[in-house]
Amino acid sequence: MTVRLRVNGIDRELDVDPETPLLWALRDALGLTGTKYGCGEALCGACTVHLDGEVVRSCVTPVRRAAGKQVTTIEGLSPDGSHPLQRAWVELGVPQCGFCQAGQIMSAAALLAKKPKPTDAEIDRSLSGNLCRCGTYLRIRAAVKKAAGEP
Amino acid sequence: MSESLRVVRRSFLVGLGIAVGGLALGSFARAEEPGGPGAKGTAGDGLRPNVFVHVAPDGLVTIVCARSEMGQGVRSTLPALIADELGADMARVKIVQADGDKAYGDQNTDGSRSVRMDFARLRRTGAAARMMLVTAAARRWKVPAATLTARDHAVFHDATKRSLGFGELANDAAKVPVPAKEAITLRPLSELKTVGRELPLVDGADIVTGRAAFGADVRLPGMLTAVIARPPVVGGKVARHDPSKALAVKGVKRVVALPAPKPPFAFQPVGGLAVVAEDTWSAMRGRKLLEIAWEGGDNAGYDSPSYRAKLEAAVRAGGRVVRDLGDVDEALAGAKRTVEAVYHAPNLVHAPMEPPVAVAKADARSCEVWASTQNPQSARAAVAKALGLDEGAVTVHVTLLGGGFGRKSKPDYVVEAALLAREMGAPVRVQWTREDDIRHDYYHSVSAQRLVAGLDGAGKIVAWQHRTAFPPIASIFDGATYAAPGQLAQGVLDVPLSIPNVRAENCEARAHTRIGWLRSVANIYHAFAVQSFLDELAHARRMDPADHLLEVFGPPRTWSPADLGVAELPNYGQPLDEYPIDTARHRRVLERVTSLSGWRGRAAAKRALGLAVHRSFLAYVAVVVAVVKDAAGKIRVDEAWIVADCGLVVNLERVRSQLEGAVVFGLSHALYGEITMKGGATEQSNFRDFRLMRLHEAPRRIHVEVVESDAPPSGVGEPGVPPVAPALTNALFALTGTRVRELPVVRTLAV
Repeated sequence: MTVRLRVNGIDRELDVDPETPLLWALRDALGLTGTKYGCGEALCGACTVHLDGEVVRSCVTPVRRAAGKQVTTIEGLSPDGSHPLQRAWVELGVPQCGFCQAGQIMSAAALLAKKPKPTDAEIDRSLSGNLCRCGTYLRIRAAVKKAAGEP
Repeated sequence: MSESLRVVRRSFLVGLGIAVGGLALGSFARAEEPGGPGAKGTAGDGLRPNVFVHVAPDGLVTIVCARSEMGQGVRSTLPALIADELGADMARVKIVQADGDKAYGDQNTDGSRSVRMDFARLRRTGAAARMMLVTAAARRWKVPAATLTARDHAVFHDATKRSLGFGELANDAAKVPVPAKEAITLRPLSELKTVGRELPLVDGADIVTGRAAFGADVRLPGMLTAVIARPPVVGGKVARHDPSKALAVKGVKRVVALPAPKPPFAFQPVGGLAVVAEDTWSAMRGRKLLEIAWEGGDNAGYDSPSYRAKLEAAVRAGGRVVRDLGDVDEALAGAKRTVEAVYHAPNLVHAPMEPPVAVAKADARSCEVWASTQNPQSARAAVAKALGLDEGAVTVHVTLLGGGFGRKSKPDYVVEAALLAREMGAPVRVQWTREDDIRHDYYHSVSAQRLVAGLDGAGKIVAWQHRTAFPPIASIFDGATYAAPGQLAQGVLDVPLSIPNVRAENCEARAHTRIGWLRSVANIYHAFAVQSFLDELAHARRMDPADHLLEVFGPPRTWSPADLGVAELPNYGQPLDEYPIDTARHRRVLERVTSLSGWRGRAAAKRALGLAVHRSFLAYVAVVVAVVKDAAGKIRVDEAWIVADCGLVVNLERVRSQLEGAVVFGLSHALYGEITMKGGATEQSNFRDFRLMRLHEAPRRIHVEVVESDAPPSGVGEPGVPPVAPALTNALFALTGTRVRELPVVRTLAV
């Protein structure tokens, strides 16, 4: 069966089982490997992408739910890595191993799109679904604030 | 570039297996690749003084990173150090990730060893290249080499204001004999621009744009994906199975039986059935539909509660004496008062955010692997053995690691990929699911410890007895039930105690699961027990815990094995004269952390502080944790301070990030981390039941101080972890009056 969706601004047609999680459609069928598999149960957030601007965990989102919608992955967040979050992440040296960071940034990007000046509590809430085993949380918090132009 | 073109181009490169994401664009090389440092030199292609450095005639300097990057920053640190010694400009340096090859020396990226083991060795590789370039320039200008300097990618003769770029000199320098190790002159430390500095994060831009290539991101033409059903109990096997439902899933190609391992399990795969499919999701679905009856084997009786009781009985009964000073029995018999406590810490799982993954391509004569591995040489050896090949026929490429923490130094998953690739006659990626990772780890040991102290009439500590029981790491290699000295030198043998009578014993513990090393290893439970017990003694003696620790460490001095009461002390593989146990350094980090955290004024605050100090991997680390209770009675960690003396530091920025991370890693385990076994099988399966600290649970602030030190470089990645758990539980005692003697804390208190 064919599923039509728009990924990072490009129309795509995928010949996959409509129940396939969006994560594996992105990674295996489209070669967009920036979105990561971490748990398969929406517990870690490594697979976070945007569906029409909303945060979804792509590991539990059947690709049929993305039909006719706009999917944004880390590869499409900005044309050249210049999103304020991407810049802040590099400037503050947030990543350690880096594996969870695409998901962290995608969660934070959805937050900033709605709340350009989030409070600490709003940052905590929006990112509590994204695990980091290396323990970069404090720099993540600082980088979100930096990207938002907050002290 | 238009959006569509960018994506197409990327897929094309990835499809060829060339790009392997951004990392490969300029950083993967095979030893035989022209221009790579490992290649054999041919006339006219520049300078190759060793396998780490290549200076091309066009001036491009290629430097190899031979250690694996898993977040600790080796790729941002080690090549920069070589470039610094050489005098190269990092803007004109290409970093290449080494394949597994003994030519690079030790590549095993664990034991916090990269900088401490490689500092001099890597500097020599850059210095050799520099000396050869300088000699070539001296010959050309007919001036003494001593009048020349190498800096900014060129050799300068300052007296005549002449200079020649490295590229211009490269082919001439290649004709200069490579200096012998003894003849290599290193720059004075003061000349190095990388030491003690904040260096740029080499892979940062690739990571934040999704271009960075981790193990799971490698794609080869015709590649299949395997997901494996493994025996729930270590040593178990498939009794019978029915693959028909799995095979009926569209995309599933085959179900392949993997050989059951024979003890000792070492790095062998654990066996089971692999579902091999065209894509990941089909393989996962196929595995779910496999019908398997398992045979449990010898470890099917392993239950965590009864095992705990066994360990606790062992530490009450006694064991082999491993440290002995004075006469503990007599001192305890004559003590006015004794204090005793038993501590328990559970099995833990590494759970790197990227579950184990490897890609292999194999035929009858050779095998090529791409793996997220901490130890490509051991992966190479294990694959060669499993396939019956010479190591020379096996190539292991290293990707970025999405976390390692010790898990990825065991290549069982790499061997799985190699076996399946040969069986399928096609490239195979073995993808561990999170459930696989949690259920089939090389677990951090469960442990029990009993500590007894004797106090005399004046309240002075006159006796110290420490018994420890834990299934040792060596159990996976030879079935050992007692720990090797190296594991006991992680917080039992090496703790300076200014107490006249000291005895430590190691009690027997048989492993019923695969035991491995987890970031800071036996220091985790030993520091927890020792630093908790010292806090208990401080309260029993009505002393401030910081003053009490200073009294126990004693005056600033170095401690010999005889002072400790041991015949010899494994010192993380490094000599005691270079890396002594020095209580001046324990005292210094303690004094700094108490000063930074406001320890002396803590009574006035509405929160409670706890303190712990521990030396591991040759570094001295002190931690203070502040805890608060909210209106609902739930406890949270409010703030933490960590002060480390790591000796000479190269990349200060990554040292700080490692220490920040260590606080979160340590808190996460101490508060919530626990793996339990029932019937020999792991009861947890995913982050739902193996709980990790989340952003909203992290401290508001973590303050890091790295003290300046003239000592040689120590480890960094691990030593931040051990003092965190006892600092936390000591703080919890100060806040609640409840002494937490079993981890995780969540068993005892609402957190």
